[in-house]
Amino acid sequence: MRKLGNVKKLSATAFDIRRNALDIIMAGGGGHIGGDMSEAEILLTLYERMNVTPETQDSPDRDRFVLSKGHCVETLYAVLSYEGFMKLDEVLAKFSRFGSEYIGHPHNTLPGIEMNSGSLGHGLSVSVGMALAGKMDKKAYRVYTLMGDGELAEGSVWEGAAAAGHYRLDNLCAIVDHNHLQISGNVDEVLSPGDIGARFAASGWNVLKISNGNDIAQISSALDEAEKTKIHPTVIIAETTKGKGSALIENKASWHHKLPTQEEYEKIAADIAAYKEAVLNG
Amino acid sequence: MANKIANRAVMCEVLKEAASKDKNVVVLCSDSRGSASLASFADTYPEQFVEVGIAEQNLVSIAAGLASCGKIPFAVSPASFISTRSYEQCKVDCAYSDMNVKLIGISGGVSYGALGMTHHSAQDIAAMSAIPNMRVYLPSDRFQTRCVFEELLKDHKTAYVRIGRNPVEDVYSEGNVPFKMDKATVLAEGSDVLIVACGELVKAAKDSAELLKAKNISAGVLDMYCVKPLDSEGLLSAAKGKKLIITVEEHSPFGGLGSMVAQVISANDPKKVVNLSLPDAPVITGKSQEVFAHYGMNAEGIAKKVAEILG
Repeated sequence: MRKLGNVKKLSATAFDIRRNALDIIMAGGGGHIGGDMSEAEILLTLYERMNVTPETQDSPDRDRFVLSKGHCVETLYAVLSYEGFMKLDEVLAKFSRFGSEYIGHPHNTLPGIEMNSGSLGHGLSVSVGMALAGKMDKKAYRVYTLMGDGELAEGSVWEGAAAAGHYRLDNLCAIVDHNHLQISGNVDEVLSPGDIGARFAASGWNVLKISNGNDIAQISSALDEAEKTKIHPTVIIAETTKGKGSALIENKASWHHKLPTQEEYEKIAADIAAYKEAVLNG
Repeated sequence: MANKIANRAVMCEVLKEAASKDKNVVVLCSDSRGSASLASFADTYPEQFVEVGIAEQNLVSIAAGLASCGKIPFAVSPASFISTRSYEQCKVDCAYSDMNVKLIGISGGVSYGALGMTHHSAQDIAAMSAIPNMRVYLPSDRFQTRCVFEELLKDHKTAYVRIGRNPVEDVYSEGNVPFKMDKATVLAEGSDVLIVACGELVKAAKDSAELLKAKNISAGVLDMYCVKPLDSEGLLSAAKGKKLIITVEEHSPFGGLGSMVAQVISANDPKKVVNLSLPDAPVITGKSQEVFAHYGMNAEGIAKKVAEILG
């Protein structure tokens, strides 16, 4: 992994990412705004640190990332634009439009995207395959995947978890965006995932919990620990805030997927700007 | 039956040959290495063999992940499970993501006989064919199985292959295996009826043409192992001038070879198309040949149906 740059500056950048994701949603007429906002720091930290750049995106030695919670693609587009894989103007002009390749889920014909996703519960198993290939070829690359906490109800997640532990894929790191909400409400009320850490640990995973998954320093520190961990794959259970960036949408399941009105858009954008300002002045 | 070599055993031989030449050739099984006749592959190339346990969804997704990193994975599991339990993984992770994953359904159709509908795959042609960017192959005998696998090793696209469990009678013979990828093989020329079959019913179709000769009915026979992409050109060429088309398949009556042949014929050269298939119901208990005989899908049944219609 690469060394992380200035944390304060990046923390502010995370709010630029949110603003861009918001604009992408507005341009396309809809998007998964709640999860987009909860994952911003995780995606930004990953792409700042992974050994993959627009220049090395086809290298067999690159680090890989799979957005298993593929519906939160708008923030991925914003981060990939920030990192130079794609152009934000193009995303804004094309997202969800007729004939566009910038659809509402990741698609690997676009630069920087490894695998198509959107149906939940696939990303971990696909990542297991990527990590296995790395082991077979004795390559040093690492594989990362981000899942939602609601997604953990998919049985296939646990097939992937078992295989990762069995094959001792210490080059694999899964992150759970644990924002506690899914479209129908609280994750514990819809279908409790139980003790997430214990479930992964039972399959031989190294379990890390971070109290603030919207804190870049905490995320980066956990990624460091994951990289140092041998034999066991690592899961980082990141406590995040769904809708992070605006009081209007924070911790509200109704904002899982919603198009803000113009008035709401202005309020959310102003809140995001205020958050950024607070970070810079903090 | 003279032949004692099952198509799955041929698959293992071809994959072992490929694995010896290319370390990227990888076989994945879901506790199915025995059923797939791949135990000797696993023993010979343990570094190129991945056991995922009884987890068919994981089998297919892991294969896609391996393919994305340059591996050449063959994911092998009973046809019933890989085509329906892993259906979404086949669709999203393999075909939609355009990964070089070869999905191999073993013990296809009613191979498992008395084990019942859980283990029969009578929907796999319809299901897999409906996925964009998925190809579907049902080789007819051990010689053609080798041809199909050798060709699939040369390309970089996903495909589904269904093969049966038990040895089947040879359609072709050593040194006499006319084969061109994605082109149906003409087994017999005829003027009255065209019989189009795939997989392990090709032999019955071929034999039925001989029985029809005795009834003064001239039957052409096509081995349509390439169900998708269906060889429309070969089909239309063989269908030209015929009074009747009969399709024969070890599959549900819906969405399989018969449906696809009927689409092509009705759009281009309309004439009567009759499909001989398994019923839209749980299949009667029995060994494959008993089942085929029961539903009129063996050589005698096919000949009888043709004679009834043309007589």
